[in-house]
Amino acid sequence: MNLDALWPLIQFLVPFLFMFGFVVALMLPTMIFMERKVSAYIQDRRGPNRANILGIRLFGMIHNVADVIKLLVKEDLEPKAADKTFFRFAPFLVMTIAIMTMAVIPFGEPIAIWGKALHLQIAPLNAGILYIFAISSLSVYGIILAGWSSGNKFSFLGAVRASSQMISYEVALGLSVIGILIAYGTTDLAEMVRAQGANPLTWGVVLSPIGFLLFLTAMFAETNRMPFDLPEGESELVAGFHLEYSSFKFALFFMSEYVNMVVGAAVISTLFFGGWQVPFLSTAMIKQNSALIFSGMMISGGVVLLLISVSLIDAIRRPFFAWGDRRDHEPKVFLPLTLLGGVGLLWLGLGVIPSLDIAKYPWFPVVVVLLLQITAFCAKTFFFSFFFIWVRWTLPRFRYDQVMQLGWKYMLPLGVANIFLTFAFARLWLGWLR
Amino acid sequence: MSRAVLEELQRQFPQYIRETHSHRGDDTAIIDAEGLIPMVTFLREKIPPRLGRMNKLVDICGNDYPERPERLEAIYHLMSTDTWKRLRLRVPVSAAEPKIPSLVEHYKTANWYERETYDMFGIQFEGHPFLKRILTHWKFEGHPLRKDYPKEKRQHLDESAPIEWFGVKSHTKDDGTETLVVNIGPSHPVTHGIMRLVAELDGEMLVDGQVEIGYLHRCMEKEAEAHTWGLVMPYADRLNYVSAPINTQTYAMAVEKLAGIEVPERTKWLRMIMAEIGRIMDHCTLLGPALVDMGALTNFWYFFKIREAGYRVLDRFVGSRLTSTCDRIGGYALDIYEGFEDDVRNIRGVVEKYLGDVERLITKNRVFLDRTVNVGRMTPEQAIAFGLSGPIARATGYDYDVRKQYPYNFYDQVDFSVVVGSAGDTFDRLMVRVYEMKQCLRILEQGLKGLAKTKGQPVMADVQDMTLPPLEDTYSKMESMIRHFNIIYRGERIPAGEAYLYTEGANGELGFYLVSDGGGKPHRCHVHPPCFSVMQTYTDIAKGSLLADAVIVFSSYNIIAGELER
Repeated sequence: MNLDALWPLIQFLVPFLFMFGFVVALMLPTMIFMERKVSAYIQDRRGPNRANILGIRLFGMIHNVADVIKLLVKEDLEPKAADKTFFRFAPFLVMTIAIMTMAVIPFGEPIAIWGKALHLQIAPLNAGILYIFAISSLSVYGIILAGWSSGNKFSFLGAVRASSQMISYEVALGLSVIGILIAYGTTDLAEMVRAQGANPLTWGVVLSPIGFLLFLTAMFAETNRMPFDLPEGESELVAGFHLEYSSFKFALFFMSEYVNMVVGAAVISTLFFGGWQVPFLSTAMIKQNSALIFSGMMISGGVVLLLISVSLIDAIRRPFFAWGDRRDHEPKVFLPLTLLGGVGLLWLGLGVIPSLDIAKYPWFPVVVVLLLQITAFCAKTFFFSFFFIWVRWTLPRFRYDQVMQLGWKYMLPLGVANIFLTFAFARLWLGWLR
Repeated sequence: MSRAVLEELQRQFPQYIRETHSHRGDDTAIIDAEGLIPMVTFLREKIPPRLGRMNKLVDICGNDYPERPERLEAIYHLMSTDTWKRLRLRVPVSAAEPKIPSLVEHYKTANWYERETYDMFGIQFEGHPFLKRILTHWKFEGHPLRKDYPKEKRQHLDESAPIEWFGVKSHTKDDGTETLVVNIGPSHPVTHGIMRLVAELDGEMLVDGQVEIGYLHRCMEKEAEAHTWGLVMPYADRLNYVSAPINTQTYAMAVEKLAGIEVPERTKWLRMIMAEIGRIMDHCTLLGPALVDMGALTNFWYFFKIREAGYRVLDRFVGSRLTSTCDRIGGYALDIYEGFEDDVRNIRGVVEKYLGDVERLITKNRVFLDRTVNVGRMTPEQAIAFGLSGPIARATGYDYDVRKQYPYNFYDQVDFSVVVGSAGDTFDRLMVRVYEMKQCLRILEQGLKGLAKTKGQPVMADVQDMTLPPLEDTYSKMESMIRHFNIIYRGERIPAGEAYLYTEGANGELGFYLVSDGGGKPHRCHVHPPCFSVMQTYTDIAKGSLLADAVIVFSSYNIIAGELER
């Protein structure tokens, strides 16, 4: 088989499967689950704890399954006044665009395989950041279409709000990154991550803290999250642009919001937090000490799993609350798994790896690098996704004119000033560090 | 209260006054319809200052005496914000020509009250700008509170009022664009119930609007006339179901005033405690959802934790939570349970904990301040003209609290401050309630001391034919059983007369105007709900503001449809 002919396909498929799996299959349900559970803990309540399969609730994760089934089997209503074509088209547009953004996000150092460099990025574009802006500004079309085609005054108002909000904040969004673009000297996201290096002191957030805050705020506005969720503004516009949607079309809007959030979090961590860079551990360092780092990872993982087992044992011995049905036996199902996993990881880290002759396995350091960097990228993305949720349950919503004021009167001038500030500061700071 | 105002009126307008009395301390004048305007003008503007200008119209209601030639009657309750004197004017008119001049020019608040009286009794208020039905359906026929309208009569009405009915329509502006008319409600997240705001929007700006209420009208006043005095109690519960104890005790106190029943001291202390618990719960139920309307969802749960602490007391005291019906005419059915004091003291800890959290989340939050400060401002003059009372009026700086100005129970003996705002904006309206909750805690503390002092006293007055005997006596003594039977089946023998009693409800002055004809049932039971006058200020205050602000103003009003529409 000719590898060269297949290479483009491999180059596309490997990162695509990972990214798609990570965002849609892993982060999306996790985000919905977290939105429920985090809000519950913030609000001093329990969150989902009923839905179960044979007593297994997975801390409320199973609730997502119930949700999906509900959304799939619900009646799909279409208002009489709606423009049917666009009404059906809008949710798909929104979802497609949300997913498209993740194409340029790098999630690891390119790996050398079969004599070729495999980029861990679906589309290694040299104008990656521009692509992100281009695509994310498209997402407003879906919202406008949805609001307008619904034939509902509230939806229409939501669409009008969405369009003006998006346009206003795109300006701030674009301006806020120009500073670090100059500092890194590239628009290629993979290059930007490499330029930031493993030292957190040279990351974007240190070079351009104002730029980071502006970008974060603008990202909230772009994803229509609280406190910028005016297009939905439930107390005023009921549900805004997706008011008339039901069933899976609604689910598409709902999910695209979370996809947007995850991708936004990934962009933030790429631009300002070193993307896949592991703090203080450069790729070369990881490769050198791969065995040590790997056993460290295994041991800490094992300890965490054992601690979870201890709390599970505690939960079995002294149940906090008895449901009186199969849900009570849930810890007993998890206990063997966590115990086995914990002991297994410890054995790997303490027993197997130190006794191994690493030199015999040239692929081993590559795998460790890959694992560690992907973990770092996922952890950063995960944290900022959590941050989106955290803010939502803490802050009240802005008023429409205040959002405009904030965007045009404060963030725009600050963004312009930030270009010069970052340029000057990055020069001085990086020079001083060297 | 002295009869000075009545005497002055007698001197000035002998030709219009048919009769005066001060039954149960309420100064009342029965006057001719043509005398209303001159007398009101005199009372508002020319009355000697020592008597106080009657510058606030509290309430207008109607009454129907089928046996009299002039069977219909409009009843006006006036008060003075200078001397706190009160006056009742009764204006009888015939059913053939039920015409009374409108007071809208003199008191803004008369608007909706006259509409209600027209709706219920068919009294025509001449000169009223918008004399249409308000509580019943727009196509309803007849006037339900007239005695000849059968209680069982049903009308099938399912057509909602068209936008034209409200007189709101889309306009073309100078630049050629058109304004948008939107129905906000009847079921819209912000109405927190069912209410309809027909709004004309210019972009996001509310240019004009008209409120339609009545979706939750449950004929409470008509039902009351068909039940014995004691059995009206559950209906009173369902007025402001958020602070049910205040409603039931106000009704009970009104009947006691009409009947001249003096309740034991312990009952009064207990009533104060229950009222303050109700007030805390009510304020929580306003503040939580008001912040939700702003998008600050988390605070909702914090406030509901506080509310839960209040419900715990109610639950254990009466056995039910929302509509507890804990009062009886003459006091309480049962004395407090063991551990009552601890549960009440527990409220303090819960309030302090969660209110502290909310204050950290909200009161210094820039987004919250931007959303509320200077939004929907109201002046004290407006508050008086609209006949407002309660936290909303106090937020404007108009210092009126029934508990201070007309102390009932032992409110004159406890130490508490009246919380007054300064700007009358949404921020003040919300914050007055936050600080009032803290004052409630002080009253609760002192109430518990009063309760400890009166340990061993009964909690129920003992008046033959009017109050229920203790339950154990009913089952063991013949006389008690007969008395119980009589009261339940024939009703309390409340002597003929009329009385208006008002307390400081959670939203403001909650009043009951009761008329007895000596039978076992009320001849008329009119509720003066605090929300009613508040609600009619809405379009005036919200006009010219953004839609989002209009929503916040509405949330800060605490409109409880149950008491608004009865």
